[in-house]
Amino acid sequence: MQTTLRESLSTAFVLLLFSVVCASLLAGAYLATRPNIERSEQAQKLALLVQTLPAHSFDNDPVNTTHPLPMDPLLGLKHAGTAYLATQAGAPVAVVLEAVAPDGYAGEIGLLIGIRADGRIAGVRVTHHRETPGLGDYIEIAKNDWIAQFIDKRLDAPVAAAWKVRKDGGRFDYLSGATVTPRAIVKAVHKALRYFELHRGELLSRKRMVAPSFLDPHGGRVGRSTALGTIETSLQTPLHTVTFPASAN
Amino acid sequence: MFSAETRDIIVNGLWKQNPGIVQLLGLCPLLAISNNVVNALSLGLATTLVMAVSSGSIAVLRNTIPQQIRIPVFVLIIAALVTVVELAMHAWMLPIYVVLGVFLPLITTNCIVLARVEAFASKRSTFHSVLDASAMGLGLTGVLVVLGVVREIIGKGTLFSGIDLALGAQAKIWVLHVIPDYQGFLLAILPPGAFIGLGLLIAARNQFEALRARRSHRHAPPGIVGSQHC
Repeated sequence: MQTTLRESLSTAFVLLLFSVVCASLLAGAYLATRPNIERSEQAQKLALLVQTLPAHSFDNDPVNTTHPLPMDPLLGLKHAGTAYLATQAGAPVAVVLEAVAPDGYAGEIGLLIGIRADGRIAGVRVTHHRETPGLGDYIEIAKNDWIAQFIDKRLDAPVAAAWKVRKDGGRFDYLSGATVTPRAIVKAVHKALRYFELHRGELLSRKRMVAPSFLDPHGGRVGRSTALGTIETSLQTPLHTVTFPASAN
Repeated sequence: MFSAETRDIIVNGLWKQNPGIVQLLGLCPLLAISNNVVNALSLGLATTLVMAVSSGSIAVLRNTIPQQIRIPVFVLIIAALVTVVELAMHAWMLPIYVVLGVFLPLITTNCIVLARVEAFASKRSTFHSVLDASAMGLGLTGVLVVLGVVREIIGKGTLFSGIDLALGAQAKIWVLHVIPDYQGFLLAILPPGAFIGLGLLIAARNQFEALRARRSHRHAPPGIVGSQHC
């Protein structure tokens, strides 16, 4: 009995030792590779950012013209995100929103959604995902141009009921075998367009108009619930009159 | 040049005990990505690297690992090494990481790695263990590449598509359009194509071995040895 106990303990200790060694190995590898990985992820993001904007349409540096984005359910962000503004001769051309589709087949799908000042989509790119390789990964522009079908779509064109994949009676194509993934992205893009519609004025202004009080989820929620019914009319509203969409509603 | 043992290890890995078409081990993650040559070769080589490193380190530690808990320790070591390889590729070999991306963690679940560690590296010298793992890995890579060639040509009519992801946009001209204006044959690209292709490869190997056995007047043709699933 004594020996068995001692044996078990020593075995457990060896296993613990191996776990500690492996954990430190991983920690070391993580620390050693982190700076390089962060740099390449940043570079990748910037390259994607340019792809979501209409080519040669802006003359500023969108990377340094940003607004903070709140953790709004319409964007699905779990941390405060960033909106990047593209301007031409000082006038806003388009804004790129960070958004997350929370309901991919394997967790979150990170998105960059470029929206022109008139509400048309300029481009959508996937920044990160864990979808099934060879099945759900056609959302990457490197694998397939599926994601290009969002170009020039608007909140009201197609109509809200058609912002679905074809299988669900909507307008968006998908590749057979993987419908969860495109469904999540179509939904996330549509929601991001709604967010843009509600916050168009501040998103397109060059000044950092997003005051802390504005980030308050209450203010956002009240504004949105009343705004939903008037989206179609507000789309027709000339841009310069919409300064503070939430307060206007 | 080689000792008989060394030669046996190499021949076993590449042909006699080839993990892909004889042992049929570690097929799940690998069949999924053999739909083109670039993917097949990249993941095959990454698997070989992980096998060699994990077999080597386990052979070094083989006398310190208690018999009762050897499998959890092996899995722990393999998983840690795969993660280190993944991080290192992400940091310093970004183009290759872009191609392999999410496939890399799947190497952990590839049971050929654990199988060689358990069957070979935990009992033999470090040198022979690394050699065995490399030969097995390369044998598997060979099968994957052949499968990748067949599936890509039949399925898409091209060769080396996707090479621009690994070697930059200028490598796009290396993509061979073997069959011009090909409409594609989806079945070959989808998972069933992998199983049908693998079946044909196994059949071809068995046929070849049977012919050879008949020619050298041996008694029985060697069939599939020890087929297992994982």
